[in-house]
Amino acid sequence: MAKTPIKVTVNGVEQSSEIEPRLLLVHYLRETLRLTGTHIGCDTSHCGACTVVMDGRAVKSCTVFAVQADGRSITTVEGLEQDGKLHPLQDGFFQEHGLQCGYCTPGMLMTGIVFLKENNNPTDDEIRHAISGNLCRCTGYVNIVKAYQYAAQKMREGGAENGAKNIA
Amino acid sequence: MIPRSFEYFSPTTLDEAIGLLQKLGPEAKLLSGGQSLIPMMKLRLVSPEYIVDINRIPNLDYISETDGHLRIGALTREHELESSDVVKTRFPILSDTAKVIADPLVRSQATVCGNLAHGDPANDHPATMLALGATVVATGPKGAREIPIADFFPGLFTTALEPEEILTEIRIPFPPPRSGGAYLKLERKVGDFATAGVAVQITLDDAGACKNAGIGLTNVGMTPIKAKQAEAFLKGKQLDDATIQQAAELAASESQPMDDIRGSADYKRDLVRVLTARALTTAVGRAKGGA
Repeated sequence: MAKTPIKVTVNGVEQSSEIEPRLLLVHYLRETLRLTGTHIGCDTSHCGACTVVMDGRAVKSCTVFAVQADGRSITTVEGLEQDGKLHPLQDGFFQEHGLQCGYCTPGMLMTGIVFLKENNNPTDDEIRHAISGNLCRCTGYVNIVKAYQYAAQKMREGGAENGAKNIA
Repeated sequence: MIPRSFEYFSPTTLDEAIGLLQKLGPEAKLLSGGQSLIPMMKLRLVSPEYIVDINRIPNLDYISETDGHLRIGALTREHELESSDVVKTRFPILSDTAKVIADPLVRSQATVCGNLAHGDPANDHPATMLALGATVVATGPKGAREIPIADFFPGLFTTALEPEEILTEIRIPFPPPRSGGAYLKLERKVGDFATAGVAVQITLDDAGACKNAGIGLTNVGMTPIKAKQAEAFLKGKQLDDATIQQAAELAASESQPMDDIRGSADYKRDLVRVLTARALTTAVGRAKGGA
């Protein structure tokens, strides 16, 4: 099958690749670019482990073709840390014990940075709705909600520059 | 899971997209949000030879108010519908619906028009649009034509769209004063299809009697169902509890559910009765100015 050229900006770096149109974005990120921080969980659009940010929207990368990302900007979990400093939400997961096995964490983080950018003063209920497309099977959601609240507070205190920059 | 190979097209104008559909024929499939199509391709339930991605066509992403109608463009995402102020204030039934479709990540990509064009009786917007009396705009080689939503779902996974037509807009009349609506859905978990869902939109007259009622049912038949008998029954009546209960029983009798993993046909029929009564009660409250 003929390959299609694409140019995608991933974590601020422009990537040029030749791909099959049927290649899913998650496979492009993991196998072509070797960015394995984005996980494959269910592979059926249910679990949210593969969530990445595409042009400012959190999407399930198992349910987007890589060719759809041509000309667009992608942020993966590898793009969150800036200049050796964790994103406030990463720090929140660390401080509040928001993970055990960590499998769902990249997706939880990518969903969270878009959500917190739109709403940095959420209620617990709003957070629970926001992560309803991200499944965790070990820590449970209590500490994840706390991690979101920790980050929200840091982002309110730190202003817009704290955490939001360089996110696609 | 890897879909079968396909050829990919990414037109940048509507004319170009329609030309591709004419040229490629019925083996071509349109890709908008892709949140139903891509999972089906991965499961190889469908394997189109050609994908025509309409996401790069400009000016199809809008929610606007013109000529007494709310207009929703082909590329408007569910998330945008959910967060739109005009939708929240004037169309609570649409807010109700958008909030319970799949999950927030799917909604940031999935489109409202795609939810109709997919023709799946388990999707949520068909019932809502039936209740609201929406019109669908189909654009093809001969230009645009309007299709009343009641004529849009002739059969399972089938719509009134011709193979070379694109659903470019949904038009919904602004509800007159003293109108209210609600959408209620029972799902086993977030992201599941409805076990059953009921959409209700009513308008009251000066005396508080029902002037007009629209009722749509989700996932209780081979197509989305317009509960015409229940609608006709409500017209002209005061919506007290007894009337609401009778209308709910009529709506249940109009549903055609089947036994499946989500429950027995009898259970789902009864669920339609319960949800219809609750949705009507909420709609009446909203029509009278409550939240």
